[in-house]
Amino acid sequence: MEKAQVSKNETKPLKNYVDINPQKKVATRAAFGKALVSVGENNQNIVVLDADLSVSTKSSLFAEKFPDRFFEMGIAESNMIGTAAGLALSGKIPYLCSFGCFVAGRFETIRISIAYNQVNCRIIGTHAGIGIGEDGYTQMALEDMALMRSLPGMGVLQPADDIETQRMIEFLSNHHQGPVYVRLTRQALPQLFNQQYVFEYGKGVILEEGKDIALVATGGVVHPAYEAAQKLKEKGYTSSVVNIHTIKPLDETLIQSLAHSHQWMFTIEDHTIMGGLGSAVSEVLAGTQNHAVLSRIGIQDIYGESGTPEALYEKYGLSTAKIVEHILRQLES
Amino acid sequence: MATSLSPELHQKLSETARALRMLSLQMITEAQSGHPGGSLSAADLVTVLFFHYMTHNPHEPHWPERDRFVLSKGHGVPVVYAALAKCGYFPEEELMTLRKINSRLQGHPDHVRLPFMETSSGSLGQGLSIAQGMAMAAKLDQKKYKTYCLLGDGETQEGQIWEAAMSAPKYQLDNLIAILDFNKGQIDGYTEDVMNLSPLKAKWEAFNWEVQEIDGHDLHQIFAALNHAQISRKKPHMIIAHTIKGKGVSFMEDNIDWHGKSPSLKERDQAIEELRRH
Repeated sequence: MEKAQVSKNETKPLKNYVDINPQKKVATRAAFGKALVSVGENNQNIVVLDADLSVSTKSSLFAEKFPDRFFEMGIAESNMIGTAAGLALSGKIPYLCSFGCFVAGRFETIRISIAYNQVNCRIIGTHAGIGIGEDGYTQMALEDMALMRSLPGMGVLQPADDIETQRMIEFLSNHHQGPVYVRLTRQALPQLFNQQYVFEYGKGVILEEGKDIALVATGGVVHPAYEAAQKLKEKGYTSSVVNIHTIKPLDETLIQSLAHSHQWMFTIEDHTIMGGLGSAVSEVLAGTQNHAVLSRIGIQDIYGESGTPEALYEKYGLSTAKIVEHILRQLES
Repeated sequence: MATSLSPELHQKLSETARALRMLSLQMITEAQSGHPGGSLSAADLVTVLFFHYMTHNPHEPHWPERDRFVLSKGHGVPVVYAALAKCGYFPEEELMTLRKINSRLQGHPDHVRLPFMETSSGSLGQGLSIAQGMAMAAKLDQKKYKTYCLLGDGETQEGQIWEAAMSAPKYQLDNLIAILDFNKGQIDGYTEDVMNLSPLKAKWEAFNWEVQEIDGHDLHQIFAALNHAQISRKKPHMIIAHTIKGKGVSFMEDNIDWHGKSPSLKERDQAIEELRRH
């Protein structure tokens, strides 16, 4: 099987755009709304559809600026999906926006109208994970990545901060062919990158390098994973922290290399551990030998509930303290 | 394009419809699976659209100005494949690869394998939304093309159809022409028993569509309805075409058993003979 590509002692310089600042926080849906206006300015083929949630998904910003290219479809997601497919089949690049659970929940329509047609639809699912808080389970996208990942040719993306969202949307608007699903957060996320950030589709981004543990995270829990790595240093363990913005196609080379250069590997996601990032990483490692012990941190095959995002992250194991606890339990077992 | 049906044209199109019916039955028999009932019911509608009414060019299939045809009732695709082959999009011999391994002619339309089909379909209830998107794109690009969408009656039991029924009038898509192949049958029985659709005309009118009701086997009526649908009333158009499932073959007509099974070789020969004589 594939050999380790990064030796244990090798350290690569981090990208110069890693610039973590917990004081500067932006929700990725807000970053998306802003980015959409910017790409809409230069690309006339961009059209946007929403299903009565434009104020929440932030597609309302595009609607105000470009009313002729915005379609309010009402509370009827399946029709929005099909309409977007028809627009894409006619050369447009539609962004169709709703909460992740409502849009991914219309799986069969996405499956045939968008995926099987292989059209340039950008499916935007906001309000990802239990991080949405008080609204409770019915509004939480917890299975969306699992669903979208199962469709051949469907890209599955999840940015982790403001600038990454903006660069991702620029890329998807001007340089990408084929359907994608983009998962965004309701809650504000700390800055991870500065303006030099370059989005590379299908590539993981290393935020920090260490020797013992690999922390592989996506979306809203990347920063808690980074914080967990700092806490683990106090216990004598150093960690590599990796942001996976492209869950499909996954950066398999990086995953293999991390798994062969660290003793332990943890995936961290605000999504069910079945079918999301944890599963994707497991699938890469299945059939390979001598890799890190892998443990998946995420929603453990249960429904979410109402509460503050902080209380939910604490209860369901996604706060920094709970991530550290999970890791130490695993390391010391 | 408003147009009239001369006796010569009527004769020519009748012959074409007969040929499409024969080819559909030959393809389905060759595949030993498929949906004869809904291909035969739609044959006259498909003939008028592909061989006279729609503007399209087999030598330039992606011509941006072409009229769009969305087959929402994807199981009725044999008659559309037959029409595409007869128009010259691909050789007629290829028709006999229907449903066979490595064929572009999938059991239900596959837009990626066969781009002449404007969209993949077959999961019912999705085509009207897709056609709506194409009609919206025409408006955005100020193009004159029309989008025709052929619906099955059974599939209008899907909720998504009524979502599109609501949204197309909102966007005043007078360039969207839906045609409902009202053959009264679906897999589990007659539509009126399985899940009654009536009153269909009143439903679509209530959703603010410009609705016409015609005999879907009468070429004069099909012509008149399509002519009427070229005139803008700031509304999308719905043509409810009363048809007979299995039309043209005595033992298939109005017989639900022929929704989705292949004729035997003997039945095929009998059917072809009937079509020839008729």
